[in-house]
Amino acid sequence: MVRSGGGLRARLVRAIYEIGVRCLPVISVVAVFAGLVLGLQGHYVLSRFGASGMLGTLVSLSLCRELAPVLAAIMVAGQAGTALSAELGIQRSSEQIDALELMGISAEGFLVGPRLLVACFAVPVLTALFVLVGISGGWLSGCVLLHQDGHGYWAAVHDAIHGSDVRECLLKALAFGLATVSLCAYQGFHSHHLGEPGARSVSAATVRGVVFSSMLVLAADYLITALLV
Amino acid sequence: MTQAAPAPPPASCENEPALLRVDALHKRFGENHVLRGVSFDVPSGGIVSILGRSGTGKSVLLRCVVGLHQPDAGSVSFRGHDVLATGRRAALRQASSYVFQHNALFDSATTLENLVLALRARGSLPHALQVEKARELLRHMELEDAAHRYPAQLSGGMQKRLAVARALVTDPELVFFDEPTAGLDPVRRNSVFEMIVRLQRARGFTAVVVTHDVAEALLVSSHIVWIDQGHVHFSGTPSQFEARTEPHFRLFRDSLDALRQSLLN
Repeated sequence: MVRSGGGLRARLVRAIYEIGVRCLPVISVVAVFAGLVLGLQGHYVLSRFGASGMLGTLVSLSLCRELAPVLAAIMVAGQAGTALSAELGIQRSSEQIDALELMGISAEGFLVGPRLLVACFAVPVLTALFVLVGISGGWLSGCVLLHQDGHGYWAAVHDAIHGSDVRECLLKALAFGLATVSLCAYQGFHSHHLGEPGARSVSAATVRGVVFSSMLVLAADYLITALLV
Repeated sequence: MTQAAPAPPPASCENEPALLRVDALHKRFGENHVLRGVSFDVPSGGIVSILGRSGTGKSVLLRCVVGLHQPDAGSVSFRGHDVLATGRRAALRQASSYVFQHNALFDSATTLENLVLALRARGSLPHALQVEKARELLRHMELEDAAHRYPAQLSGGMQKRLAVARALVTDPELVFFDEPTAGLDPVRRNSVFEMIVRLQRARGFTAVVVTHDVAEALLVSSHIVWIDQGHVHFSGTPSQFEARTEPHFRLFRDSLDALRQSLLN
């Protein structure tokens, strides 16, 4: 376990560990299966129209523009967001946040600031990884298991993704990462408004954090897509 | 039970200007009117114990004074300046510290880091001096060997000592203790009171102690404030408190005798 201590460097290291490192396995697994399913469904749907050579295009654009930013953000909410809500909720109920305030330390800046900073970098990196692993998953199901042309698949991927798609992907990842961490932190921070401080308020804050941030990610996805398309 | 009238508005203790003055403080939580015009003075340099039964609003009072709760009405002045007004709380917070009932230690920081964090927030000491000062206090509090342990790895008594050390490391003028002996056995309770008195005498700070340990409070305090049902019913010296003979005073103060009598009967 990485402890935060009091220094900024230690708190940043801990935030990198919690948001970056601990989310890595779950995001990799989800990305593999998202790619496998996309490859499988894409193969059968595109075959109906005699367009099975477009599988690489379908998988890569679906992942890059929509699925990777959304699913990666939801996984970050599930893994790091819940941990953040619960930790802040416990710190609220055990009066650690009150103690910080009485010391003259901004509790938001001290406890949430490093996580927001790390989310700006870690979530786009995790999303990019999601895209790469997901495209590989699509190749695995479409080309290895269903015997499509592998060269054609990678050529289609290469031709399909443009700079604007990558920018949209990273912009969404940045926005969703900030939204997720902020919302989960807010819920934990204000858990004392959800009932008597204690286990139930922490549990309520954790649930609200992950549910609300998942809904916010989907709503923000629609808005950003509508603005950029 | 017969109730005495609430104590009159605060008068300065022993003709000294009060370090802290609480005047007509009100606090409600929905329908629950917890503080109903609480007024008292804290003279400089002694130990003021705020006594009262459980649930009478002692901790709420302390949290209102330091600004963790916003009172509905009333004023709190520190060295004659109102500290409840927006932007003026810093004056009290800079000069005071607070020992929470359940310690509120930072569980992701070591013993030493808990103290250094308090110093970093308040002062402009270089980091090396902060660490040196923190280590010195840990030595004084017999926590030196636990400097690199986390609060969860300390015993209850050590956690309490660390909470007190964190409050004192910034050399505050005024220290608030919220139920410092809650849940402790009699031996530990005595040692906590002894620690407060010893440190108060050595460092000269003013202590405001919220407690319901009557016997200990009467022994160590220079001033007693008794709160019941949201009112201050008594504010004065321990000997004045002991001299009161009204039934509800006796019921609270001599509860052990009352229990003994009741069992004998």
